[in-house]
Amino acid sequence: MAHSVRRDAPELPDFSLLKRLARDQLIYLLEQLPGKKDLFIEADLMSPLDRIANVTTLKEHEVDKLYKVEHKSIVSTSDQLCFLIRPRIQTVKWICDVVNADKAVGKFRRYKVIFCPQKFYACETLLEEQGIIGDVTTDEWSFYLLPLDDDIISLELPEFFRDNFLEGDQRWVRTAGSALHLLHSLYGPFSKVYGIGRCSKMAYESWREQVKEGEQRVRQADIGNVFLIDRDVDLVTPLCSQVVYEGLVDDIFRIKCGCVEFGPDVTSSDKSMKVMLNSQDKVFNEIRNEHFSQVFGFLSQKARNLQTAYDKRSGMDIKQMKTFVSEELKGLKKEHRLLSLHIGASESMMKKKTKQDFQEMLKTEHSLLEGFEIRECISFIEEHINRQASMVESMRLLCLLSLTENGLLPKDYRSLKAQYLQSYGVDHLLTFSNLKQLGLLVEQQPGETLTVMESRVGKLVNDKTAGKLTDAFSSLAKKSNFRALSRRLNLVPKSDEEYDLRVPRDMAYIFSGAYIPLSCKLIEQVLERDGWTGLEEVTRMINGHEFAVTAGSNGSDPRGRSDAQRIILVMFLGGCTYSEISALRFLGKEKGYKFVVVTTAITNSARVLESMLDNHA
Amino acid sequence: MAFITANWNPLGDAFYRKIELYDMGWSLRDGLKDCMVAAAPYGGPIALLRQSQRPSPSARPQLEIYSSSGVSMASFPWKSGPVRQLGWTVCDDLLAIQEDGTVLIYDLFGTFKRHFSMGNEVVQNQVLEAKVFHSPYGTGVAIVTGASRFTLAMNIDDLKLRRLPEVPGLQGAPSCWAVLTQDRQTKVLLANGADLYILDNTSCTPVTPPGLSPQACSIINMAVSFSYKYLALFTDSGHLWMGSTNLKDKLSEVETKVRSAPKQMVWSRRPKSQQPSVVLMWDRLLLVAGVCKETIQYTLDEECVCVAELDGVRIVGASRHEMLQEVPSACEDIFKIASMAPGALLLEAHKEYEAASFGKCFLSNFPPEPFVSMCRDLRVLNSVRDYSVGIPLTHTQYKQMTVQVLIDRLVYRKLYPLAIEICRYLKTPEYQGVSRVLKHWACCKVQQKEEPDESIARAVSVKLGEAAGISYSEIAARAYECGRTELAIKLLEFEPRSGEQVPLLLKMKRSQLGLSKAIESGDTDLVYTVVTYLKNEMNRGDFFMTLRNQPVALSLYRQFCKHQEQETLKDLFNQDDDHHELGNFYVRASYKESKLEARLSLLQSAVDEYNKAKNEFAAKATEEEMKLLRFQRRLDEEKGEALLGLSLHDTLHALLSANYHKQAEQLYRDFRVPDKRYWWLKLTALAEKEDWDELEKFAKSKKSPIGYLPFVEVCVKRHNKYEAKKYVSKVTPEQKVKAHLAIGDLEGAAEAAIERRSEGEISTVLARCSPTTDRALLERLNRARSTAAKK
Repeated sequence: MAHSVRRDAPELPDFSLLKRLARDQLIYLLEQLPGKKDLFIEADLMSPLDRIANVTTLKEHEVDKLYKVEHKSIVSTSDQLCFLIRPRIQTVKWICDVVNADKAVGKFRRYKVIFCPQKFYACETLLEEQGIIGDVTTDEWSFYLLPLDDDIISLELPEFFRDNFLEGDQRWVRTAGSALHLLHSLYGPFSKVYGIGRCSKMAYESWREQVKEGEQRVRQADIGNVFLIDRDVDLVTPLCSQVVYEGLVDDIFRIKCGCVEFGPDVTSSDKSMKVMLNSQDKVFNEIRNEHFSQVFGFLSQKARNLQTAYDKRSGMDIKQMKTFVSEELKGLKKEHRLLSLHIGASESMMKKKTKQDFQEMLKTEHSLLEGFEIRECISFIEEHINRQASMVESMRLLCLLSLTENGLLPKDYRSLKAQYLQSYGVDHLLTFSNLKQLGLLVEQQPGETLTVMESRVGKLVNDKTAGKLTDAFSSLAKKSNFRALSRRLNLVPKSDEEYDLRVPRDMAYIFSGAYIPLSCKLIEQVLERDGWTGLEEVTRMINGHEFAVTAGSNGSDPRGRSDAQRIILVMFLGGCTYSEISALRFLGKEKGYKFVVVTTAITNSARVLESMLDNHA
Repeated sequence: MAFITANWNPLGDAFYRKIELYDMGWSLRDGLKDCMVAAAPYGGPIALLRQSQRPSPSARPQLEIYSSSGVSMASFPWKSGPVRQLGWTVCDDLLAIQEDGTVLIYDLFGTFKRHFSMGNEVVQNQVLEAKVFHSPYGTGVAIVTGASRFTLAMNIDDLKLRRLPEVPGLQGAPSCWAVLTQDRQTKVLLANGADLYILDNTSCTPVTPPGLSPQACSIINMAVSFSYKYLALFTDSGHLWMGSTNLKDKLSEVETKVRSAPKQMVWSRRPKSQQPSVVLMWDRLLLVAGVCKETIQYTLDEECVCVAELDGVRIVGASRHEMLQEVPSACEDIFKIASMAPGALLLEAHKEYEAASFGKCFLSNFPPEPFVSMCRDLRVLNSVRDYSVGIPLTHTQYKQMTVQVLIDRLVYRKLYPLAIEICRYLKTPEYQGVSRVLKHWACCKVQQKEEPDESIARAVSVKLGEAAGISYSEIAARAYECGRTELAIKLLEFEPRSGEQVPLLLKMKRSQLGLSKAIESGDTDLVYTVVTYLKNEMNRGDFFMTLRNQPVALSLYRQFCKHQEQETLKDLFNQDDDHHELGNFYVRASYKESKLEARLSLLQSAVDEYNKAKNEFAAKATEEEMKLLRFQRRLDEEKGEALLGLSLHDTLHALLSANYHKQAEQLYRDFRVPDKRYWWLKLTALAEKEDWDELEKFAKSKKSPIGYLPFVEVCVKRHNKYEAKKYVSKVTPEQKVKAHLAIGDLEGAAEAAIERRSEGEISTVLARCSPTTDRALLERLNRARSTAAKK
């Protein structure tokens, strides 16, 4: 391994408790509807559910048949139906249709709707309006947090990003607050909370309110510090191509709920295979955080080691052989299997990655981050669009261009947009409208007046009014100030030195040494400074609603070096990428911290941009 | 102390004692004569309805409420109809059951709370007799009417009247009756002469108590124990039958030798009773008849009323209030003459050395908790038994009632300081203890009409400031109920949880303020509640106006409309003159529309809106889309192609693939497609068809705006090196190396690279060399690279 682990790194707390709690509650809820029943599960709850309770467990609690919610009429013959859904209007509407259809033919059944992780008033109103509130019982399955790995916990709410940052719908903020509260009561008390972003601030407040309402237990903290960050504080990072193994696998094969499906080209057989990707997979665990260029080296070394281990057999007598077979062989075989899978995946990715256009795309990306040869970049993007290469990739490059350049020149904006519409269809007019609203792709405003005025006003008036004003401004134009931030925080390392990806010197290694993710840099800086002091200009440019709160009486250990103080929970509101997680793991190893990443969902460029498409909603 | 056993009377193996609780504080001129009396159990209040002295039609009876020690709590003339029965509920409210079946409810201070009726038929037939009873379901009322029918209300707080079936042969009121609660059922037991019946929901069953003395012609009184487990019947032959209420077992039968009906008859038992008994009261005589068939007689010197308790009987008279009970075994052990029980010895020791807890230290295994908690309990009991409070609870009753209920009763009597003292003394958690009392105090405080809003709000906040778990919204709600809206709003300001403020604000019609508070709380459900409320309360214009000022609420409502009410969404945008969003709205709608004409008209609306929004770009793009759609339709009709809905790029590609070059050209011109795009398109389409002649023609048609490397690449992609070679020579010098490499011509690439003397390009070529490559070429390359590097 390239990085040496600091020996005093603290142990992570055991998050499997979260799974047990969720399972127990689900079983309790299922038992509230005694007897055989059919279970309808919202499509995007299926994978998370699978991590909590498998089919056998469900059957043990009298679930007869399992169906996916497909928003069409149902075929079940059971006289008890249970729906396990997200609190979404469309799904509730569909349930109303199901119930009303039964009523129309005089069929009597019992219905139970379990909302996960909570119900919304709007859903209940709908049940009422449709006149079926008396026919169904409703419940909440407070399954807020799914541990995806030892250090990753997901809320599995991909819609958080669009709902919150684009639609201005804050319904999930309280959910985030409740999740934080749950973690606090199980692994807290947290002694320090840092945060940046409006949504983070609100989630923090919602959590504090829940703490106040509930009873306090005095316990030894497992997690000392918390950092909350809004995704829209740093939109550049998730739009970059990922080149660290785990991130790349996510970009190319899409990891779903910690599980990836490798197609026949990877498994070198005729069928696909689902593989869990986490620290249990020894091979994966060693390469997940590595830059892709290093992975082949690791894998071939691993293969050699494995061969040596197998070769030990040759000189063995019967007894040694017996112990070898009973103790080592199984592990070796498993490792062998995993190794061949990851080699397969790497080869498949290599094919895509080494293609000419991928290399050129990376080059363009790096130029954009550096602010170098922008005209060439624009021509590249233009050609990309003209050749109707991937729709999402084109959009990604356009957004990166806008974010790094503080918007496009009006001329470029118009012509690129026009060409985009010619290539991919006029319906993207709506997509562009969304991108503009979110500040991902904007036209440069004449002069910088707006930002300056905005920040001045922000200084003058108090927080609440500033919030409203910012709302007003942000609908006019969002500024990213990327270039200035990059200079101030040294996000782009000097390009004249060779960057040795084998021995990374900073978090930039996750982007081939071209860029240190802003989100992770902020975390590093705040932890180092123990607050936001000295970062005033940075936060002003981010327009961030930053805060740092130290808990009062049960405050931190005077030495401040107890294990819990070095375990830091980072919560991304709106999603985070695997690359960012890798960067934080790197930072942790350097500084002797352990990071626990809590995110509303794992995201990447494609997911961010697909959520901006309008047929999405 | 020495005479503590002086008033003990033996009854069987046990002793009975009658102790004085209070010297009554009231002064009743005629004693309890001509009074209707109701005293609540657990040392509760006493209500008297006194007939007027002067018998004149205009004279009103007086209703008076006293504490158990005779301290007046309320007194007022009775202005309603004639009362049949008074009774107390479990939470110390007074029930007055009138002749016409109306039941009036008053609080402890004589304030009218509400009323209900026992049924319409009662108005005609009148109530003959009524009883108030307590069960696990709460306080109930039973009546018998002039038509000899019984009606039950199990729980007056959840009123459901049950009319019981007819009793055969009953005329007027039965000779005696009682309400029983058994097996979760409430029944009436009644005697009509010698016949005994059980009356339940559905039937009237005659029953016979086992072993009832045959001399009796009539059962003239009956009593059910506090726990509903035991029954006593008194017959006109002077026999007292005691047994279980299920009438299966007989405990005993006592001959009293008195044949007239007793005025009152109550059970006197205690938990783990040695010698249960029935107390019978006549005008001048009080008789305690034990199961052992022995009796104790007391002479009464004044009119009295017996009150059944869990562990004895209280006897309330005009001058005295006494408690008659079986002596508890603990007391018996201590005070019985010549007792050698540890308690008795300890008492002796105490007398000698005057040390209260002397001797405790000699008990090695005795945990201190029971001692401490018993001392605390005694102190609490003494303080509530004080004359000024007047709640004479025994320890058994106190344990049964729990401290929470005791606190509630004190609060109900507005004895806030005492309640708080007790909470603090017993270390009750603040949330259940002090805070709860303070909340009640505040709720009471806000009703003081004479004090101004400002000073009440201040007083409340000063007192409640520090207490945990106080809900200001509840207090504010009370203030609002009393019609003090301004005070309620002031109080709400103290509520730290903005979510709690909202429902009340809505109730008070302060919906704007409610909306802001809801948004402040960050709870979208709450915001949505207010939005829904506003939507129903306001006219549409005002509603939209309100939303417009609250972006959070607006986004939330928009999200809802997107799924539920598309038309409302349009109205919202219209209201805001948000033409851009309206344009988007029409575009979105157009994609859901399958008919082309409808789609075009929606797009036209979008164009109009975009124009109004001065968004020329979007307007033009939409217009072009319409043009494209029309073009596609024409072509679909003419040529049978399925083009409708494709993007311009895809349309062109489809046309070129299908050899409609003329139409493609037209589109290219009409839509001013950039040359580069058109060349890419045509190039790809031709290569895909492997139409190499046409490709060559195209390459020669004019100078390629995208260069010629793409030509090489598409050919290679189609594995046609022969064609690819044709274009290599046309490639610009910068791309020569790439072109040669693309067709796998290493030598050509090497030549080009060396000619250009570019180190990078030479390296690229070198990287592609393999061990089989010509040595001479390799050397040339290496040489050239070093020269290039030196430069």
